[in-house]
Amino acid sequence: MKHRYLPLTESDKTAMLDAIGVSSVDELFSDIPESVRFKGEYKIKPAKSEPALMKELARMAGKNADLKTNTSFLGAGVYDHYMPVIVDHVISRSEFYTAYTPYQPEISQGELQAIFEFQTMICELTGMDVANSSMYDGGTALAEAAMLSAAQTKRKKVLISAAVHPEAKDVVKTYAKGQYIDVVEVPFKDGITDLEALEEMADENTAAVIVQYPNFFGRIEHMNELEKIAHSKKSLFVVSSNPLALGALTPPGKFGADIVVGDAQPFGIPAAFGGPHCGYFSVTSKLMRKIPGRLVGQTKDDEGRRGFVLTLQAREQHIRRDKATSNICSNQALNALAASVAMTALGKKGVKEMAIANIQKANYARNAFKKSGFEIVFEGPSFNEFVVKMNRPVKAINEELLAKGIIGGYDLGRDYPELNEHMLIAVTELRTKEEIDTFVEELGDCHA
Amino acid sequence: MHKEDQHLIFELSSPGRVGYSLPEMDVPEADLSELLPEGYLREEEAELPEVSELDIMRHYTALSKRNHGVDSGFYPLGSCTMKYNPKINENVARYNGFAHVHPLQDESSVQGALELMYDLQQHLIEITGMDEVTLQPAAGAHGEWTGLMMIRAFHESNGDLERTKVIVPDSAHGTNPASATVAGFETVTVKSNEDGLVDLEDLKKVVGPDTAALMLTNPNTLGLFEEHIVEMAEIVHGAGGKLYYDGANLNAVLSKARPGDMGFDVVHLNLHKTFTGPHGGGGPGSGPVGVKSDLIPYLPKPILTKQDDQYVFDYDRPQSIGRVKPFYGNFGINVRAYTYIRSMGPDGLKAVTEYAVLNANYMMRRLAEHYDLPYDKHCKHEFVLSGRRQKKLGVRTLDIAKRLLDFGYHPPTIYFPLNVEECIMIEPTETESKETLDAFIDAMIQIAREAEENPEIVQEAPHSTVIGRLDEATAARKPVLRYQKS
Repeated sequence: MKHRYLPLTESDKTAMLDAIGVSSVDELFSDIPESVRFKGEYKIKPAKSEPALMKELARMAGKNADLKTNTSFLGAGVYDHYMPVIVDHVISRSEFYTAYTPYQPEISQGELQAIFEFQTMICELTGMDVANSSMYDGGTALAEAAMLSAAQTKRKKVLISAAVHPEAKDVVKTYAKGQYIDVVEVPFKDGITDLEALEEMADENTAAVIVQYPNFFGRIEHMNELEKIAHSKKSLFVVSSNPLALGALTPPGKFGADIVVGDAQPFGIPAAFGGPHCGYFSVTSKLMRKIPGRLVGQTKDDEGRRGFVLTLQAREQHIRRDKATSNICSNQALNALAASVAMTALGKKGVKEMAIANIQKANYARNAFKKSGFEIVFEGPSFNEFVVKMNRPVKAINEELLAKGIIGGYDLGRDYPELNEHMLIAVTELRTKEEIDTFVEELGDCHA
Repeated sequence: MHKEDQHLIFELSSPGRVGYSLPEMDVPEADLSELLPEGYLREEEAELPEVSELDIMRHYTALSKRNHGVDSGFYPLGSCTMKYNPKINENVARYNGFAHVHPLQDESSVQGALELMYDLQQHLIEITGMDEVTLQPAAGAHGEWTGLMMIRAFHESNGDLERTKVIVPDSAHGTNPASATVAGFETVTVKSNEDGLVDLEDLKKVVGPDTAALMLTNPNTLGLFEEHIVEMAEIVHGAGGKLYYDGANLNAVLSKARPGDMGFDVVHLNLHKTFTGPHGGGGPGSGPVGVKSDLIPYLPKPILTKQDDQYVFDYDRPQSIGRVKPFYGNFGINVRAYTYIRSMGPDGLKAVTEYAVLNANYMMRRLAEHYDLPYDKHCKHEFVLSGRRQKKLGVRTLDIAKRLLDFGYHPPTIYFPLNVEECIMIEPTETESKETLDAFIDAMIQIAREAEENPEIVQEAPHSTVIGRLDEATAARKPVLRYQKS
């Protein structure tokens, strides 16, 4: 077998079989019972050469409408943002991407230090004390937050706002089933969590009050009031946040959140048809020893040199096995690195400037829609998304827009029947005034 | 700070320096205090570093030099399948039509992405011998939990509510019992016998009407094929339980034995192991799950189907366990795995396993006189040695691992599985040449000799790394988990 990834030659094979003391490779598989032995070859496509395969896959990729050639107003949890070019150069260094989990600290200081820096940046943005080295994504991070809350409070019910990302909400419900936790939805009113309803629903069986800030509709929740209700019942206050928004908004930590999770995709991570992105998980110091996933800590070697190690591993599955409260093993380390590089490139000033640019451009777009006679539903303080009522099905509108090189907003009717013909529109710092004006123009005048 | 300390990025920060280039603000700006309610505009800025682009590149280049990857040198970390990560995968995953596609675009605008996912599923169905595959789970452990949730839903829908226990061998990966717990099961351990295989008599004792499933890696974590798999399947199925295949070690059996043919009902794969998605320093991975037909109704939703020549997601799945992840899985990793499978083809994948197993057996035989070999029979893609002979000389397995660092190698997995004293678990993979194996074997032989003649050099290793052994006890006792400006 001649293949560029397989270096053994015929003479190597002969010498090795000799050393083992067998006459054929087949003998090494004699322990597989005859009745379950697979004979022959898989019925799969034959191998292709490097150039031929690249051409075939480039054609396949070309069948997709991408965010680089089209102008996107689609968000709903995944955003088209400025990606500093340097990010890809750093994560393409194969010392990072071909390494595994840094279990041997002496030859993994690079990865360990990069994660330590990531943990610090997440703490800075969220206003929390401790952040872990990453989770799969924002949705599973939220599910783990719900499980942590139930374990910590020894209660079996979580209240989740209906204005949390619908797919994240679904993931929370799936995990909750495993742990026999009840998930109860708190309705929204005018696009934000209904405080009166929450007040009535929260009780001494409530492990957590879970909200999203900014929420799925882009709106900014009443954080002080939510915190009061959650803590009045000794429930944990769990917040899912777009970390970019926290460049400009008061962080959840300042509002008394116990757990803050989310997805770092806005920082240098491509949409990639939904993954891999990069969940983050941060807590108050009180919950430090309950946090799921890997943690990197600072220490010294015998000569007093600063170094980093995986620490507090007694929490994790490979030590605790069936007593572990989370089964996470692999995380999203390379994407955490990408997010770190993007956060570093933006820095203290850039992250704020970029967050504010999102607020300003979305505000400009919202006003442009109003001028064209569209109704903005759930109007009020928001980040980079808002909801517009359309006069016909969103799916049909989006098909027409795509023909003109525009990827329209999200069809809210998919998750909220009462919001049929409503579009959730995202406007990031990348959208120019001209693109916004064209988008509004294409949707036509909506004055009756 | 010690003079040799590597700077943290925060220590390079200088107020006023920038590393970004944001688009122009070309819309009229409103007064922020009118857009945000009082108290919601952040007062204290997040203390992110202020550095130039060159500062960033030098910083991360310096960090990368303090990191060992497969491209840096041999990485025989058992159970992790640290094989070469083909570069074509990286290029393909970065095509605009794959990297820059939004998951909520209309299905008609992402037919190429769906075609790739569908074809990958078809390939994985054939490779595993299962009836259907979901690509939604993000990693192996996530796949385990997904599979167990499906098994739970299956039993529950049969009114079989007493099946609360998952049987796991004592040699299993730690994620197995942890996943069982998170899926709401109790774990029961089944013992290994002196041959390193599951003890059938013990298995018969622990199965019963409360058995939901047996989780098994085959070959197991000792690198040994569970020869009695057919009997085990009969015992578990006979008791009404399901058989779960942990695909962490699939690299050992490509084209040799398919989980579906061995009697497994659910399988997860680690595409970042066998199928070369890079490990990325600990992720992202991808953990597709395959099932037999009776479990198809419980697959996470949506499932991807083909109607005429269009690929569509089916959300109408009343018995589904629900979503396990937003969107459709770690697509970017799935693109890499698909590219790899298409680069290898059927004969290539067969050669992968044959060479992986040949490499492992060669190393095992050559090291057998210098280290204790607890299980003296053909191994599959990996094997375990015991450092108990060296331990008697005062050299522990940890010391041997650290000494290997001086030779430029990543050490094998150590102290796992738990049922082998001073365990050293070696997985060479098929992408390594005989010359690389020989050089590593020579280093191991030299260390065995040093343990006898000059143990201090091993006990005090490593001698050549950028940092020495670190004080892990203090790290755990007084955790410093973030940088604080002093």
